[in-house]
Amino acid sequence: MSVPLLSAKGLTVRHGQLTALHGIDLDLAPGEVFAVVGANGAGKSTLLRTLAGLHPPGGRIRLEDVDITGLSPHERVRRGLVMVPEGRRLFRSLSVAENILLGTVCGRRGGWDLDRVLELFPWMRDRRRERVDHLSGGEQQQVAIGRALVANPRVLLLDEISLGLAPVVVRQIYRTLPTLLEGDTSILLVEQDVRQALRAASRFQCLLEGRTTLAGRPGDHTAEEVEAAYFGFAGTATA
Amino acid sequence: MTEMATREGAADESPAAPSQVSGVRIRRSTRSSRLAIAPALIVLAVLAYLPFLFAQDTTNTMVNFFILLVLGMTWNVLAGYAGLVSVGQQAFLGAGAYSVLWLAQQGMDPLAALPVAAVFCGVVAIPVSWLVFRLRGGYFAIGTWAVAEVFALVTIRSSALGGGTGTNLPGLDGYDPVTLGALTYWAALAIAVLTLLGSYLMLRSRVGLALTAVRDDDHAAEGVGVRPAGAKRVVYLLAAIGAGAAGGVLAISQLNVQADNVYGVQWAAYMIFVVLIGGIGTLEGPIIGTIVFFILQQTLASHGAWYLILVGLVAVVMALWSPRGLWGIAERFGVHLFPVGYRVVHPEESQS
Amino acid sequence: MIWVNAVIQGLLLGGLFALFACGLSLLFGVLGIINLAHGDLAVLGAYVAVALLPSVHTNVLWALLFVPPLFAVFGYVSQRTVMGRSMRSGPLTTLLVTFGLSVVIQNALLEGFSADSHSFTLGALTTRSLHPASDISLSWLRMGILVVAVLVLVVVQLFLSRTGIGRQIRALADDDEAAAITGVNTRHVAAIAAAVAFATVALAGLAFGTYAQFSPTSGSNLLIFAFEAVIIGGLGSLWGTLAGGCVLGLAQTIGAQIDPTFGVLAGHLVFLAVLAVRPNGLMPATVEA
Repeated sequence: MSVPLLSAKGLTVRHGQLTALHGIDLDLAPGEVFAVVGANGAGKSTLLRTLAGLHPPGGRIRLEDVDITGLSPHERVRRGLVMVPEGRRLFRSLSVAENILLGTVCGRRGGWDLDRVLELFPWMRDRRRERVDHLSGGEQQQVAIGRALVANPRVLLLDEISLGLAPVVVRQIYRTLPTLLEGDTSILLVEQDVRQALRAASRFQCLLEGRTTLAGRPGDHTAEEVEAAYFGFAGTATA
Repeated sequence: MTEMATREGAADESPAAPSQVSGVRIRRSTRSSRLAIAPALIVLAVLAYLPFLFAQDTTNTMVNFFILLVLGMTWNVLAGYAGLVSVGQQAFLGAGAYSVLWLAQQGMDPLAALPVAAVFCGVVAIPVSWLVFRLRGGYFAIGTWAVAEVFALVTIRSSALGGGTGTNLPGLDGYDPVTLGALTYWAALAIAVLTLLGSYLMLRSRVGLALTAVRDDDHAAEGVGVRPAGAKRVVYLLAAIGAGAAGGVLAISQLNVQADNVYGVQWAAYMIFVVLIGGIGTLEGPIIGTIVFFILQQTLASHGAWYLILVGLVAVVMALWSPRGLWGIAERFGVHLFPVGYRVVHPEESQS
Repeated sequence: MIWVNAVIQGLLLGGLFALFACGLSLLFGVLGIINLAHGDLAVLGAYVAVALLPSVHTNVLWALLFVPPLFAVFGYVSQRTVMGRSMRSGPLTTLLVTFGLSVVIQNALLEGFSADSHSFTLGALTTRSLHPASDISLSWLRMGILVVAVLVLVVVQLFLSRTGIGRQIRALADDDEAAAITGVNTRHVAAIAAAVAFATVALAGLAFGTYAQFSPTSGSNLLIFAFEAVIIGGLGSLWGTLAGGCVLGLAQTIGAQIDPTFGVLAGHLVFLAVLAVRPNGLMPATVEA
C-alpha cells in the first residue's frame, strides 16, 4: 500500500483506570471500505471516537500524512474526517434539512450537498421541514448519513449504523455504501454484526479487549478464525 | 467513636470482604485517624477550658468561629455529599435566631430555647424540602435562595419581632456578662462538636453509604436499590437543624436579632467559601477552611469590601484549579482523620 | 381604577423581568449554566454606564451604544476562559464559580462606588406619561422598556431559529458532542451564546437603572426575580418567559397595592405556589444536579 489516507499508530486510550485501547495500529487506503469488528466492549467505538477527536489518545493519528492527533473534532471535519455516531445523535430541535445543513458548517466543498442527499434518499424531499423525532430509526440513520455526507468527507467513520434497525432497513442502508465511495472517499465502519460488515468490507480488523486479535481480508480467514478472534477463544489469533 | 477508640474495633472487617481469599482486608480507619484521637480529645479539653484562660473578647470571637464551622460542616454535607447546592441555608439560620427571640419573649431562657429552636428549624425544613426538592442543580440553588428571601420578608412583617430594624433579645438580664459569655461559648462549642460527630456518624450510616453511591453514579445506585431522595431529605433536615442552632447562638451572642443580618446571603457565601477553601466532600475540609477563612477575616476585615473580593477570588481559583481544596492537597499525601470511607489493606501493608 | 393601574404597572414591570430572564434562560438552555452572578452582572452593566458616561446628567440612551457590546465581548471572553473551564469540571464547579464571581462583582462595586444608590436620567422622557383616566399612568419610559423587552425576545428567537449560528447554538444545546463531530466549533459557538446572553443582561441592567434606584447589592434580588419569571413561565420557551415575567410583575404590583410592603413577598409567594402546584415539579430531564 502506498501512503495511507488515514493511519493510526499505537493508539492508547484510558477511561480513568480502565484502558480501552492498547496501542492499536490501523491503516486505511484511499477508496476502501474497512471494517472494525469485535464484541461489545472490545473498544471499537472508542477507536472511532478517538479518530474523530472525542478522546485524547496516546499515539499518533495522521490524515493524508498530516498529524491531526491534537486537533479538535471540528478541525478534523474541516480536513475531511467525518463520523456518523452510534445511535444517530440527531439534533432534536432541528428539522431534517437543518440537521443535514449543519454538516456544511465546517465541511469541505465537493460533490455532496443537500440536493444530492435528497436525491439519494428521496423520501426526505417531502419531509425536510419535519422534526427528526417523528422519523423512524432507519430514516433517522439516513439523516445522520446525509449530515455527514454534505461535509464531503475523505474518510467516513460509521459507528454501528445497523444497531437497532430492522434487517430490511440495514440492507437498504448498506446498499447505499457504494454510492458514498465515489471519488476517493474511504469508509471505516464499526459493526457488531460481523457477517454484514465483512460482506461490505475489503479489509477488516478484529478487536478484543482493546487489542487487535486478527487483521486481513475477509476471504483470507476461515469463519472459525474470525470467531476465535472475536470471542478470544484458543490461540488462533494472529497479528 | 468507639470504633476509632480501640485498635481491634478500628480494623473493622467487612463480612463481605474476601479476607480469606488473598489476605486483603477492608479497613475503615487509618493509622493517622487513630493517632488523631488523643490530640482531638486534648484540643477539645483545651477549647472547653478556654473561658477560664482568656478574656471575653477571645471567647466571643471563638463563638463566631464555631458558628461558621457549624454552617460550613452542614453545607459541606449538603453540597459535598448529597449534591444539594443550597444558597439558602440562611433561611434556617434566621429562623433559628428568631425562634430563640420569640421563645425568649414568651419568657423562656434563651439558652434553654436553643435546642427547641434547632428542632423547630428541622420541622420547618420538611415542607420547604417538598418545594425545593422539585428543583435540581442550579435551579435548586436559586430556589432555596428565594425561600430564604420569603422567610426574611415574612419575619419582618411581625412588629413584635422588631420588623425590619430588629430588636434586643430579652431574658438574659439575670446572667452576669462573664458567665453569659462563657455559657454562650460552651453552647457554641457543644453545637460544633455535635455537628461534627453527627456528620461523621451519618456518613458512616446507611444514609452516608447511599449518598456515596449516588455521588459516584446516580443511576447505578438506583439500580442496586439505593433511594437517594430519602437520604438527601434526611441530610437537608439535619443541615437545617444545624443552621438553626447556629442562628440561635448568633442571636444570644449578639444580644440582638436583625433580619438583614441573620437572613443575609453573605452567610451562604461564608459557608461556601469555608467548604471550598478547605475541601468539599471531606469532613476535615470545613475545619481547615474555617480556620483559614477566620484568619483572613481577622486580618483583612478592616479593609472592608476588599476582604470579600479576595475571598471570592480565592474561591473561584480553588473551584477551578483545586476542587478538593486545601485538604485535597493534604490527602494526596495520605492523611485521613475521619474514616468514613473504606480502605483495602494489602497483606504486606497490614503486616508492616 | 387604582387596581386597573396596578395591573398595567404589573404588565409593564413584567417586560423588565422578561428582559432579565432572557439571558438567564439562554445560558441555561444552551450551556446548562446557572449563572448565579446574573443579577450582579446586570448591576455591573448599570455601573459601567455610570462610570463611562461623561456626567450624571448625560442621557443614558448613549450607554446603549457601548455597554451591551462591551458585555458581549466580556461574555465571549469569560466563556472561552473561566466559564468554559468550569463547565468541563462539572455543574457544581460552575455554580460555585459564578457564585464567587457574584461576590467579587458586588464587593468590587461597593469598593468602587460606595453603597449609595444611583439612578439614570433620560432627559424629558424620565417623567413623561400618558393619563388615559384618573389614577392610571402610562409612563413612556416603562412602555418603551416593555417594547424593548419584546423586541429583544423576538430578535433572540429569530437569531436562534433563522441564522446559521443560531442553528449551531441549538445543535449545541441538544447534544454538544454530536455538534462537535458534525463540525461545530463548540467552544466558539458556546461563547457566542454567552455573548448574546451577556448583552441582554447589560441591556436589562440599563433598563433597571431607569426604572428604579440601584446600588451594588441590587443584584441578588434581580437574579431571584429573573429566575422566578423563568420558572413561572415554564422552562425552555422565551415567550413563556415573557408570560412568567408578566405574572411576577402583576403579583408584585397587585401585592403592593394591597400593602406597600407586601409587593415583593407576593411575587415570591406566587412563585412558590407555582412550584407547589405543578405536578411533576419543573425539572427538565436534561438538568444534572
